[in-house]
Amino acid sequence: MATLHTRSAARLMMAPSVLLLLAWMIIPLAMTIYFSFLRYNLLMPGTEEFAGLANYQYFLTDPAFFTALANTLLIVGGVLLITVIGGIALALLLDQPMYGQGIVRILVIAPFFVMPTVSALVWKNMFMNPVNGLFAWIAGSFGLQPIDWLASVPLLSIIIIIAWQWLPFSTLILLTALQSLNEEQKEAAEMDGAGAISTFIYIVLPHMARAITVVVLIQTIFLLSVFAEILVTTNGGPGVQSTNLTFLVYTQALLQFDIGGASAGGIVAVVLANIVAVFLIRLIGKNLEA
Amino acid sequence: MARRYSARRELAMTIIAWTVGLAIFFPILWTVLTSFKTEAEAVASPPSFLFFHWTTENYAEVQSRSNYLAHFMNSAVISLGSTLAALVIAIPAAWAMAFSPTKRTKDVLMWMLSTKMMPPVGALIPVYLIFRDTGLLDTRPGLVIVLTLINLPIVTWMLYTYFKEIPGEILEAARMDGASLLKEIVYVLTPMAVPGIASTLLLNVILAWNEAFWTLNLTTSEAAPLTAFIASYSSPEGLFYGKLSAASTMAIAPILILGWFSQKQLVRGLTFGAVK
Repeated sequence: MATLHTRSAARLMMAPSVLLLLAWMIIPLAMTIYFSFLRYNLLMPGTEEFAGLANYQYFLTDPAFFTALANTLLIVGGVLLITVIGGIALALLLDQPMYGQGIVRILVIAPFFVMPTVSALVWKNMFMNPVNGLFAWIAGSFGLQPIDWLASVPLLSIIIIIAWQWLPFSTLILLTALQSLNEEQKEAAEMDGAGAISTFIYIVLPHMARAITVVVLIQTIFLLSVFAEILVTTNGGPGVQSTNLTFLVYTQALLQFDIGGASAGGIVAVVLANIVAVFLIRLIGKNLEA
Repeated sequence: MARRYSARRELAMTIIAWTVGLAIFFPILWTVLTSFKTEAEAVASPPSFLFFHWTTENYAEVQSRSNYLAHFMNSAVISLGSTLAALVIAIPAAWAMAFSPTKRTKDVLMWMLSTKMMPPVGALIPVYLIFRDTGLLDTRPGLVIVLTLINLPIVTWMLYTYFKEIPGEILEAARMDGASLLKEIVYVLTPMAVPGIASTLLLNVILAWNEAFWTLNLTTSEAAPLTAFIASYSSPEGLFYGKLSAASTMAIAPILILGWFSQKQLVRGLTFGAVK
């Protein structure tokens, strides 16, 4: 029933939203691209000059870049692995009949609402601290040497902290999907003699496929640009052992004031995210067909 | 649906699930407990779990030393302000897409989502420099602008999925019955849209409250919300477990409670209705 009139009204209503997002996407990106070709340091104002691809060359040949790239992918991959597998297990567990299911659910989803700086600080000081941390005390009471988590396994520690924050999200989404599974379908499978494992593989898992896609998509968006957890716990260190791309660009820009180099890094991060995004958008585009 | 499970199995499941649930919740519980300990007891070894001298002095200390309330207000203003601004911009757009879809509507939605794919670090430097030159650095309006823009795609998507479930026939029926456009909007559409708008508001306040990349990089002291305030505790001189815990508890409590209330909408909202 869309007349010409309502159509132009609709266009008018969409304009602010579309224009703002367009501006938000294009202006900073264009500026970042422009800066990435300049020799531009905030400490030396007025000395900006065209540098060609020097910034890219500098950034891409920096050994820190490869560490940061690997760390970025390890964080995304590691956290996804833990949260998807853990989320499926937890969803299956919470779907069982039990007493106080509602309360357990509330306990499980709570970490999702904790702000990243709080969870990073709490884990760093009260759990992973080699002297006062609870983990050190637990290790000590078994007569073991306490681990200095953030100094000896910084990336793993960060992955654990982030996985703790995101496990609730995947659990909640997967549990919701699980609860929409038709009970009769499972019963029919059981009548046909399917065991618990084959019921899970052939009926439950396919039913959850779409929810798993959504979990992967949304988490990837957020995990590619993890920042606060690193800033608060290890500050990227020791060395660059726990630096990801986002954090590397941040140190380049706001600590070394190298706008040109940082911008080149920013563009590299955008390209990486876009490679990931192309796959994901296709995936969700297929899955969101309503 | 017949109960096929024995009571014994149910009991076993209860024990396992509660153990797992408490383990996941434990860091939060531990933070809250520690916030009521004296500094000496907070780092005591072996740690005291429940039997310690309960005190609220940490809470008083946090406020008296650092003007906690100012940071709290910054968080509240920034997260509410940016969410409301995003709603005002997104409601008409989502409305138009839901009720007057064109061939390109789906592409527009996908494009909006794709703007979320851009890593914030790709925009950090220009935004930082623009803010520095326009005096928006470390101000509430500056953060409201940025958070509005990063919220906008999600807000639009969420509203769109809610609006799309309002059947267009009801609107047509009202029009047939002679309702004017104004009456149609006030009496027919709004009541059906309010729950969706409320859920969107709630979820985006939560997301904005916890957003850390932009708040950490664009504020120093004046407009610093709780995310940045808490991060300041990572400096060595700020390391007091009791006070750290008290500040943390106060920072997460409102959002945790809000989150628990909105857990159902969370699933629909954050998955754009793809999982129900």
